[in-house]
Amino acid sequence: MNERRLPVTAAARGLLRCNACDLLCKPLAGAGTSNCPRCAEPLHQRIPHSIRKTWAFLLAAMILYIPANLLPIMQSRSFFSVQDDTIMSGVVFLWIGGSRMLALLVFVASVVIPLFKLLALALLTLSVQLRSTWQPRQRTRMYRLVEAIGRWSMLDIYVVALLVALVQVQSFARIEAGPGAAAFGAVVVLTLLAANSFDPRLIWDCLDNDMDNAYRDNDDMENDLD
Amino acid sequence: MPDDRAATAPPLIACRECDLLQHEIALPPHAEALCQRCGAQLYRQTLHGPDTTLAFTLASILLFMLANFFPLVRLELQGNRTSSTLLGAVTTLASQDLLSVALLVFATTILVPAVEMAAMLYLLLPRRLGITVPGRALTFRLIERLRPWGMIEVFMLGVLVSVVKMATFATVVPGVALWSFGALMLTLAAAAHFFNPRDLWQGIPVHE
Repeated sequence: MNERRLPVTAAARGLLRCNACDLLCKPLAGAGTSNCPRCAEPLHQRIPHSIRKTWAFLLAAMILYIPANLLPIMQSRSFFSVQDDTIMSGVVFLWIGGSRMLALLVFVASVVIPLFKLLALALLTLSVQLRSTWQPRQRTRMYRLVEAIGRWSMLDIYVVALLVALVQVQSFARIEAGPGAAAFGAVVVLTLLAANSFDPRLIWDCLDNDMDNAYRDNDDMENDLD
Repeated sequence: MPDDRAATAPPLIACRECDLLQHEIALPPHAEALCQRCGAQLYRQTLHGPDTTLAFTLASILLFMLANFFPLVRLELQGNRTSSTLLGAVTTLASQDLLSVALLVFATTILVPAVEMAAMLYLLLPRRLGITVPGRALTFRLIERLRPWGMIEVFMLGVLVSVVKMATFATVVPGVALWSFGALMLTLAAAAHFFNPRDLWQGIPVHE
């Protein structure tokens, strides 16, 4: 036994963890991609092209974020007026109408969460590309938070869908969905896909690779684990 | 069958989030094992998992049918009445040139939850009856893939927000489906809570 117990990852030991069933597998010698012997899921050391895919989804989401906020998500017509509602004006409408708790809720789901996701995923991906060793545990936590809260941004899409379906009283009032809703829906889906493509193990690889040299000096380590 | 590709002789587990190899330990019921390096959940122990999950899945299927056949809310505005089911809302959206939004709503509130519940039933009911069915591993992977895209609980919140919005200019009467969706949200959460993939994976053999 040695005194320095360095962390050992599955990757460092040449093992692959199945993404679907968690089985630890040895890769087939010589073969390209092998499949999990229990559930047949293709095995990968890390999500293939994780950084590239995450950026692709993320950049698309960032671009669509602009029309999602500027274009109306719905249009209400009544006898006297036509009113275009963007995401922000919907929040303001709720706030003025006296439902402050609900306004806050919609604000968090539709404004805070998407912005946080875009920034957090950009930060995570950049930090991995820069091979940062800064606060890996906090960064992993941030990723976990992004994964947990991402779905709640769908809130406004459902609100629009229901208002449009129900407020169809022909002559008096009518609500139609606007192009902003499509853009906003796309932002939500793209950020979910970006979060799915990001592999949090990459955060730790930057640290582990720094320690690779330490491993090589330390032959006992190998024996210790066998 | 013994398989040299399954390297689990001394049970080791790799963390999903940081890849650290750790030894598995036995857990008391309702406990979870956390990664010692990054704090991610490695696995957890549920009490009488599969049967409870099956019960909640069956309840969810019944509630899901109610939730889709009955209108969500009825709106009364100056003598006019409108009501709509969830599917009605989807078709109205589709008719307004917003097919993408209609599909998104359809997929996340109807299609994915329906497939997910059917897949759960396929895994759990034969297991309860002692029958072995083919394609369990595939069904399992399907559930894992679909899970992030079922959004009943978010939809429920959306219903509440839109009811408040409509209540400012019309009379809103909650329908059967509204209550069903509320209950469905709870039974689905319970089914997911008691669903422990480890219990089921351990019953599936490792093939060459």
